[in-house]
Amino acid sequence: MWWTRRRSIELLTRDLEAAIGADRVAGGASALHLYSRDGSIIRGGRAGVVCLPGSTEQVAACVRVARAHGRAFVPRGAGTGLSGGAVPCDDPVVISTTRMDRILEVDVDRRIAWVEPGVVNLDLSRHLLGTGLHFAPDPSSQQACTIGGNVANNSGGPHCLLYGVTSVHVAAVEVVLPDGEVAVLGEEEGDAVGYDLRGAFVGGEGTLGIATRIAVRLTPDPPEVRTLLLDFTTIEEAAETVSAVIAAGIVPAALELMDQQVVRAVEPFAKAGYPLDAAAVLIVELDGLPAGVSREVEAVAAVARECGARTVRIAADEGERARIWKGRKGAFGAVAKIKPSYYLHDTVIPRTRLAEVVTGVNAIAERHDLIVMNVFHAGDGNLHPLLVFDHREPGVMERVLAAGEEIVRLSVEVGGVLSGEHGIGLEKRRFMSLLFSEEDLAAQRVLRDAFDPDGVANPHKVLPSGSSCGDVQGLPEIPEGVWV
Amino acid sequence: MGVSGLADFRDEVGHSGPVCVRGGGTRWELGGPPAGGSREVRAPSGVVAFDPAEMTVVVGAGTPLADLAGVLAEHRQEVALEGPSGATVGGVLAVGRSSLRRPRIGAVRDALLQADCVGAAGALFTAGGPTVKNVTGYDLCRLLVGSLGTLALIGQVILRTWPSPERMLWMQGSVTPEAVRNMCFRPSSVLWDGQRVSVCLEGYDGDVEAEAAALGSHLGLEVVAAAPALPPHRSRWTGRLPEGSLLEVGTGVVHGLVEVEAGMPGPGVVTLAARIRTGFDPDGRLNPGRDPYRIAA
Repeated sequence: MWWTRRRSIELLTRDLEAAIGADRVAGGASALHLYSRDGSIIRGGRAGVVCLPGSTEQVAACVRVARAHGRAFVPRGAGTGLSGGAVPCDDPVVISTTRMDRILEVDVDRRIAWVEPGVVNLDLSRHLLGTGLHFAPDPSSQQACTIGGNVANNSGGPHCLLYGVTSVHVAAVEVVLPDGEVAVLGEEEGDAVGYDLRGAFVGGEGTLGIATRIAVRLTPDPPEVRTLLLDFTTIEEAAETVSAVIAAGIVPAALELMDQQVVRAVEPFAKAGYPLDAAAVLIVELDGLPAGVSREVEAVAAVARECGARTVRIAADEGERARIWKGRKGAFGAVAKIKPSYYLHDTVIPRTRLAEVVTGVNAIAERHDLIVMNVFHAGDGNLHPLLVFDHREPGVMERVLAAGEEIVRLSVEVGGVLSGEHGIGLEKRRFMSLLFSEEDLAAQRVLRDAFDPDGVANPHKVLPSGSSCGDVQGLPEIPEGVWV
Repeated sequence: MGVSGLADFRDEVGHSGPVCVRGGGTRWELGGPPAGGSREVRAPSGVVAFDPAEMTVVVGAGTPLADLAGVLAEHRQEVALEGPSGATVGGVLAVGRSSLRRPRIGAVRDALLQADCVGAAGALFTAGGPTVKNVTGYDLCRLLVGSLGTLALIGQVILRTWPSPERMLWMQGSVTPEAVRNMCFRPSSVLWDGQRVSVCLEGYDGDVEAEAAALGSHLGLEVVAAAPALPPHRSRWTGRLPEGSLLEVGTGVVHGLVEVEAGMPGPGVVTLAARIRTGFDPDGRLNPGRDPYRIAA
């Protein structure tokens, strides 16, 4: 009954306001609408009330009030996530950490920074300019996404190929656990004694608690960086080059692939001089000490030519390098020029199978009469096929979802996994059993239950469950008024 | 080995009674010896598959580390696992101690991509996945590393490999670790005894030679034949460097003549750890007597 729902949310709001201040609680229609969705294509989420705490104590207070009212809570960073991890189900308390955005401490000697979870990824690296250090994880959304969100999703980015994903760079994390208690997991240096609870927490997608302070490792800036742009007349040759580079014993700092559709979409604003007639380009970044970098540049160029590269261009200066990367990092935005919507997948496959899988993905899209654009972290086999479409076109969603599912199935068939960096959220729960047996999932549930015995932290996410998420149904069945 | 080896291992572990898993037995007492009456089991041994172009290797947990290293070395690759002579892959993962070269090759905990395990109820389950990048579900692999076999018994794993360096050398001199770290790009190891620093340089010939030359001419460091001998006990760095001990700069580990006991973790962590252990092993049959919280570092 709507009036009991409204009344109970009023009482909840009153207690939250008393706990953290009325200016930190938002319950108006526009706020609830804004926080009902994230960067994913999932619609139909419903927030009960939104909190914007400013401290660990206030986060803990929000959790305690939520629990006292029998409500779940959903942690949220900038809301750039792509798998629906921050989409609220059944009127939970949304706890946004965006107002906790201070860089608390930078220890240059020990190469550690303590930050609040709402610090924007790129802001930390900007803050570190001049210290000779940077924060290595660099998701494409780094201008907007927060470090708290990076921790929740164990985010990646192009440079994780050599430097590792977020987990590798998180030394310790202070968390508000789902029971409202505060604990510090991990150590500033090395490993904490006992179980690696830090490692278990990172990538928990907000189902294990809320990070309130994070100690990140800082990486020394490489003395030498060379960026290569290779172009190919077939996408298969580009994919083969990726495998051949790795097989040659070279792990580049980044190794990215963009196909012709993407190149044509990004060149007008990036002005990087990407060849518009190439079937695919590879961006290869090599960094380190000068002697090794120049040997690797030569080796990569030789491997690429053997695999059929038409040209091998080495960025002459920082400006050229920045333009090459601008196109890559702006790729998702540029897609809007082609069609208004896109559905982005994030599977990982063995990097020796790239050529055949990319061909397969293109065939799947063609069969469903869809445009697919490929721009991805080729070096670690992390595909990002973008199915672009106009959601107003009748019947298009069914085709998009069917093609998406086939891409996931193809990836798993060749020995791949569901997600490399975007997480499972709501979106890929239904595919978990493609990869994991009941026993595998039961073991994962043990971990989740240990952190959250009562199931109040971001319920419905990650693990498949019989329960549905309020108005957001399983993706294949799209209810009235909800579009994915 | 492979599937049948795993099934045999599962059957050997069985459904009931306390079991402890034996690797090379090189650090048997660590975290407390297994309780009396525990049945000893061994994980399958052997390299199942190695694809140098993928930079991953599938290997039985009972495989001696030296055997694995030999197979990888044929393709100039290595893994971030290191242990005493005779140690096994599973043993090194269960203990979770990282190599002295951690700043270059990474922590043991980051090397494990997938683990096929036998759980307390005697069923096989898989944690993680085979690819070098993966956020599909919870990161159980991180939890298994360093758990001393108290959550599940690891039968077979997929590890991430890395290219081996072309050149490695150790240097020593009487300067501060900061001076060395400021002059080198990501040295593989920096050790400090309070007076002298030892540094390990690895990489391409030209780069190692250039950094060694700089360390020699600017800081007076000299090339030495090998890494300094490590004192016998590991503890966590507490900001004090007792006489005769050696600090691994940046990794929080001190090698000393005596063991400094680890401080107790906070109450939240203790509760969480206990819930995790009983969740995975409600009847306490996996390596009873062992406790990862009794390892000093």
